[in-house]
Amino acid sequence: MNRRAAALLLALGALLVALPHVAGSYALSVATLILYFAYTGQAWNVMMGFAGQLSLGHSIYVGVGAYAAGALFFHYGIGPWAGLWLAIALSVLIGLVIGFLAFRFGISGVYFALLTIAFAEFTRIGFDHLDWLGGPGGMFLKVAQRDQIDLANFRGPPIMYYYAMLALSAAALALCAWLLRSRAGYYWRAIREDEEAAQALGINTFRWKMLAVTISSAMTAISGVFFAFYYNNLFPEQIFNIGRSIEIILGPVIGGVGTLFGPILGAAVLTLLSDGITEALAAFGWEIPGIKQVLYGLVLLAAIMFMPHGIWPALARRIGVDR
Amino acid sequence: MSALLQVEGLDLYYGDAQALVQVSLEVPEGEIVAIVGANGAGKSTLIRAIAGIERPRAGRIRFAGRDLAGLDSHEVCNLGIAQVAEGRQVFPSLTVEENLELGAMLPRARAGARRAMQDAYALFPTLAERRRQLAGTMSGGEQQMLAIGRSLMAQPELIMFDEPSLGLAPLVAKEVLHAIHVLNARGLTILLVEQNVAVSLRISQHAYVLENGRIVMSGSGEQLLRDDRVRQAYLGL
Repeated sequence: MNRRAAALLLALGALLVALPHVAGSYALSVATLILYFAYTGQAWNVMMGFAGQLSLGHSIYVGVGAYAAGALFFHYGIGPWAGLWLAIALSVLIGLVIGFLAFRFGISGVYFALLTIAFAEFTRIGFDHLDWLGGPGGMFLKVAQRDQIDLANFRGPPIMYYYAMLALSAAALALCAWLLRSRAGYYWRAIREDEEAAQALGINTFRWKMLAVTISSAMTAISGVFFAFYYNNLFPEQIFNIGRSIEIILGPVIGGVGTLFGPILGAAVLTLLSDGITEALAAFGWEIPGIKQVLYGLVLLAAIMFMPHGIWPALARRIGVDR
Repeated sequence: MSALLQVEGLDLYYGDAQALVQVSLEVPEGEIVAIVGANGAGKSTLIRAIAGIERPRAGRIRFAGRDLAGLDSHEVCNLGIAQVAEGRQVFPSLTVEENLELGAMLPRARAGARRAMQDAYALFPTLAERRRQLAGTMSGGEQQMLAIGRSLMAQPELIMFDEPSLGLAPLVAKEVLHAIHVLNARGLTILLVEQNVAVSLRISQHAYVLENGRIVMSGSGEQLLRDDRVRQAYLGL
């Protein structure tokens, strides 16, 4: 990292730390959402951006993580710090099953992506029939006091959730920066570029792809736990929905797949764009059904046409920092 | 003394289609052994079977006295068998140097990686000049040199080349084949699959002709060059 990049990163960090003291409650909720997508996009990016394995079913890890920690709290009053481990364990287990099936039997590319969708869909249908978890009617976590911070149960005012998400995003960024420079990062790049060649060089592609799945699913499970305790209600129809998986990948795709700052920038741009369109439409008084989605889609289309590698690589070149 | 690489009675299927039928061959230490044959004869399949990428249904592969049955490709590489696969499989968005470094990630290669890189640069000086260039932006010939250099990074005892001159301009192809010759002179054992039959027979000590998955003929390169069947089928004479 060059000097300018370090300075910019420091400035961004300071800005984010100070934000709750200047922003109103609405802005804070938007910022929390941005960080949530930045973190989850970073997690997805480990699999696709680093190791080249396209997952279109990351909602499965969010959902399983959310339901695991949520159910422990709902039924037994066990807080998320313990639930976190169950969430991670279950998500990693599912990731390893998908990975084993795919990588052992040579399922790759589009077919791998289809497999990840299939798993997420099956899980959605399965959870619809799990009455213990509320079934299609959903599971609702008790919302106690909103004004006091109860860290043990992760209950508190919006500012607590904001800082939690900020800490997670910063940790994810640091982890990914380290991973990219590690031996694993090298192997992943080789596998992403040309898996056959990587294999011919003696790289154990199966093992390294499984590692990428493990890290990615574990990270995503944590966003699931956050989701459960932030929104307090879980519906299989929503949380496992393929739309959720697409939401997760849009940030890194728009921001720059495989880059460190792409997922963060992408999450910010998309969330602000979505909110901006809503507000602009309200200001103009346009009430045509679906126009928001059309505008959103058009902007995405333009972004991909003019910056096929993402916004970050284009921007990084402009402001003179490394990618 | 027994050969460095011995293949005995190899049968390999893709689904129901048999790609290799009772293939046996020997690669003695320090020699260049060539495999010639038409497209689809099974030459690449044979290399992939030895490398541990394809699983044979029957037969044995022994390297330096060790049975390779059941070993994964990364384990085979770590025993000292490198391959330069068909089509110059370099990593396009990595630099020349990063490509080379990736060739030395195996446990057997890490210690000597520095010296191996100097050797690779000495063999192909153009790689040294372009060490910071992205591999994907180089010419076909340079990419092939990089692929060969990268295979050397593992400090192998045997290198298998799959069509190293395919798609290269004649002069560049000549340079690549010359490099193979130089490597052999330095003591590396080489298994060469090459569409340029005349050249590969000339530089190899021993050669096998593969047709429809079977070895139909074998002999010294010179013998095969004089053989009427070979001359008709592969040299167009």
